[in-house]
Amino acid sequence: MSNFALIIYCGLITFLTRFSMIAILKKEMFNDKIREVLSYVPSAIFPAIIFPAIFLDGSSSLQLEDNPKILATIIAMCIGILSRNILATIFSGLISYWVIIFIF
Amino acid sequence: MNNKTKIFFKGVKDSSSLMIPVVPFGIIFGVFAIDLGLTPLTAIAMSVIIFGGASQIIFLQLFSAGASSLVILSSVGAVNSRHLLYGAVLSEHLSDLNLTWKIIVSYFLVDQAFAVSNDYFKKNKKDKDKHFHLLGGGLNCWTIWQVTTIIGIYLGSIIPEKLGLSFAIPLTFLALLVNDFRKLINVIIIIISGSIATLGYQVIPFKAYVIVAATVSLFAAFILTKFMKKNHE
Repeated sequence: MSNFALIIYCGLITFLTRFSMIAILKKEMFNDKIREVLSYVPSAIFPAIIFPAIFLDGSSSLQLEDNPKILATIIAMCIGILSRNILATIFSGLISYWVIIFIF
Repeated sequence: MNNKTKIFFKGVKDSSSLMIPVVPFGIIFGVFAIDLGLTPLTAIAMSVIIFGGASQIIFLQLFSAGASSLVILSSVGAVNSRHLLYGAVLSEHLSDLNLTWKIIVSYFLVDQAFAVSNDYFKKNKKDKDKHFHLLGGGLNCWTIWQVTTIIGIYLGSIIPEKLGLSFAIPLTFLALLVNDFRKLINVIIIIISGSIATLGYQVIPFKAYVIVAATVSLFAAFILTKFMKKNHE
């Protein structure tokens, strides 16, 4: 398969995962129970992106000691819960990370 | 300004703070693609055709490791399977659109646009132009993704690696969850999902750890909501 064909196939797969449910599901299929379970989708997906990015090192092994990302994430989380502000959360995390790696 | 334009720009505005990590991510993708010997045109084509940060990076990683087309395709499919859930969540609000509109909004259904438009749709159920919000958020992300890909390709590593800006990616997703940390069921699900993904990262094939973690946690959510309701009755 040429590189370009492979890119097009990957694009097609990406598109179909985004499109299929929107195309198939109808409004009438939803009830309160389904709605309730689906409301947990962000809580079910986002941690699967967050946790490995924080706890795994460059070679994908668990790094619990000497890992500045853990403390920076905890600080960002506290600021986030208190402020409920997206920008404050991102920047408090980044700044604490920089303070830890550059100053300490 | 008519209603559609207003909703479109609301989508642009709501998604803007989520665009911060997209900038270093796009640049990293551009740099990485050129480092691996891809032509600038191929790298740009990837950002336009695939338009998914995680899929593109996985593609490059496997491609550079000499993986077969089949492995690359299955991994991209596995990484993208979370979009099935995004689509399922939003379909309730988008099912009245015609096919052309469904195709257009599907192309723009990225994590950030999903997160902000999901909230907007829930609050504006009755508005028939609400899909313009998703279009605004998606197009905002699309533009930044293409521009930063090009910056990465031609200006190379203008961001010093030492800054560790890739850390901004998990922080963005964390920022999207701050309201959920106040609810017990959500906290339990967050811990289940995160632990499965971290421990399964190496073990689960085709980088399918995201969808495996999400499916198990949604099942847990289903059980927990049932159980907690019984306790209230």
